[in-house]
Amino acid sequence: MSTAAVEVKDLKFAYGKGPTVLDVPALEIARGERVFLHGPSGSGKTTLLGILAGIVAPRSGSVKILGRDFGSMTGTARDRFRGAHVGYVFQMFNLIPYLDVRANIQLPLGISKERAARVKGSPDEEARLLAAHLGIEAFLDRPVTELSVGQQQRVAAARALIGSPELIIADEPTSALDTDRREAFLKVLFAEAERTGSSILFVSHDHTLKPLFPRVISLGDVNRAAQPAGSAN
Amino acid sequence: MLTLRLAFLSLFNRRLTSFLTLLSVALSVALLIGVERVRQGARESFANTISQTDLIVGAKGGTIQLLLYAVFRMGSATANISYDTYQKLAADPDVAWTIPYSLGDSHRGFRVVGTTKDFYERYRYRRDKKPEFAPGGKAPAGYFDVALGADVADRLGYKLGDRIILAHGVADYTIQKHDDKPFTVVGILEKTATPIDRSVYITLEGMEAIHVDWGDGAPPMPGQEVSAETLLQRELKIGAITAFLLGAKTRMDTLKLQRMINEYEDEPLMAVIPGVALSELWDGLSYAEDGLRVVSLFVVVVGLLGMLVSIYNSLNERRREMAILRSVGAGPRLIFTLMIAESLLLTVAGAALGVVAMYALLAVAQPIVEKQFGLFIPISGLSVEEYVYLAVIFVLGLALGAVPAGRAYRNTLHDGLTIRL
Repeated sequence: MSTAAVEVKDLKFAYGKGPTVLDVPALEIARGERVFLHGPSGSGKTTLLGILAGIVAPRSGSVKILGRDFGSMTGTARDRFRGAHVGYVFQMFNLIPYLDVRANIQLPLGISKERAARVKGSPDEEARLLAAHLGIEAFLDRPVTELSVGQQQRVAAARALIGSPELIIADEPTSALDTDRREAFLKVLFAEAERTGSSILFVSHDHTLKPLFPRVISLGDVNRAAQPAGSAN
Repeated sequence: MLTLRLAFLSLFNRRLTSFLTLLSVALSVALLIGVERVRQGARESFANTISQTDLIVGAKGGTIQLLLYAVFRMGSATANISYDTYQKLAADPDVAWTIPYSLGDSHRGFRVVGTTKDFYERYRYRRDKKPEFAPGGKAPAGYFDVALGADVADRLGYKLGDRIILAHGVADYTIQKHDDKPFTVVGILEKTATPIDRSVYITLEGMEAIHVDWGDGAPPMPGQEVSAETLLQRELKIGAITAFLLGAKTRMDTLKLQRMINEYEDEPLMAVIPGVALSELWDGLSYAEDGLRVVSLFVVVVGLLGMLVSIYNSLNERRREMAILRSVGAGPRLIFTLMIAESLLLTVAGAALGVVAMYALLAVAQPIVEKQFGLFIPISGLSVEEYVYLAVIFVLGLALGAVPAGRAYRNTLHDGLTIRL
């Protein structure tokens, strides 16, 4: 069971007949590891995240998430896998506007039965617990439109964490937050990820957050297809 | 379940647009079903104008012409039936009853019907209803007694005891009036929502009496008029009638009688079965019916197209919603289903609301329509045909809903987890 959370080998990717945007010989993230991934725009970040989340199929090479090879899975199977095993946090606008906070947090449980089955107590109890840890318990029954950006990001974190997915991908989740809020956000995210045993792949431009991570990866270094201008960053 | 819940909440989030869309679907469905109801009501009213009559007998001519003048009081006969022949036929052992009609005069635009008391006793419409007199009224018995249909009394403001003058011929502007022989209103019939309401009833003898001094369709020469007083002393002999309704003793006898009358040697006669003639006439009008149906179907299509547009318009601003759903494990197919679910919710709710609105409207309008137009629209459950319409609307909603859903599907494949604003 010592499979890595993420194991990428000889990954190459291009859109259509365009230039290769990703050429990653090797990238591995262990289970429970917290990784800070940085890279300028054009370094293939969005594409890499899309592949790791199973939205985009790799062209060549192998991408294994929790030991499952995405190359041999259909799009539907990858969608199902993502629902069950991956939590995703966007930069902003993370929430479904017509659902309240509780329903937003519980959304993955409605889509993935596997993930719902991993919840030990009731879904309401689980949502309440996560919300309490993230300091948003008071807003559970509120419409998300009433929340500040920081609170919204916490709701997004709670949604990514519910049902204890093995891998959490966070795509610049703190860039919309004030500097002093960023660390606070990361601390609760870490604490919860530790509790649920999730690995974290944290993508950011913000180098001040680097010291909080045991491991830092520069996509410009990992990706041989990254544009030279980017490597100066 | 999640899909329906998300679809519902999403629609509720855009409630003003959703409500307006719902309303347009509902109105179009209400119109479609309403038109269907009116059509059925019209057809039924039409078919129920005359019931329990086995044969309508008149001089040889067109089937529809006979139906029109004998039942609907429209147009006129080309020839009469001699009273002797009528009596001979009425006495046939297979004949249960007859109602003779003598037509040809009018009163201020309303047809005058000379008939016997058999009319008030034997005539049936809407299956088993018979003409009834309003309180205080009775069937005309004397030569100068007249009974009025409900519309006649209502329109002309006549009451029991009024004296009225009949005009010769069926045109309103006729100048030849039987003004030397006024009639007394002895009865006013209750509303029937049939042509009965639009006629004036006198006795066969009365019809004879106003024409007794006429020769060959021309009024009497001055000095040759026979006064009403003189007439009352006389026993009038009826020469001819225009048509008669006939009830046979058994169903089997109807066809036998029809053949016998059609082949009657002494006089060229014709007998038609009312149901057959009625549907023949109705089918002649059915193109109007079809036109109405096509128009209302198109209105439904327009209503559903409005739905398509409203959902389609919402797609762009919802691309991030789709990306979020995909991030938590939703595949493009779920996105497609979600969008289809929105269309279906709007279609089903719209159709249901439309049906409810139609019934509500019907409940309010039924008595008014019956009074104003003589059209009785029954409030009954949905017919098989209406269920078929609703099924067609459902399928149509599904098909049109697939358009924005397909667009969302392609969007989400293209966008993936990219949040577009």
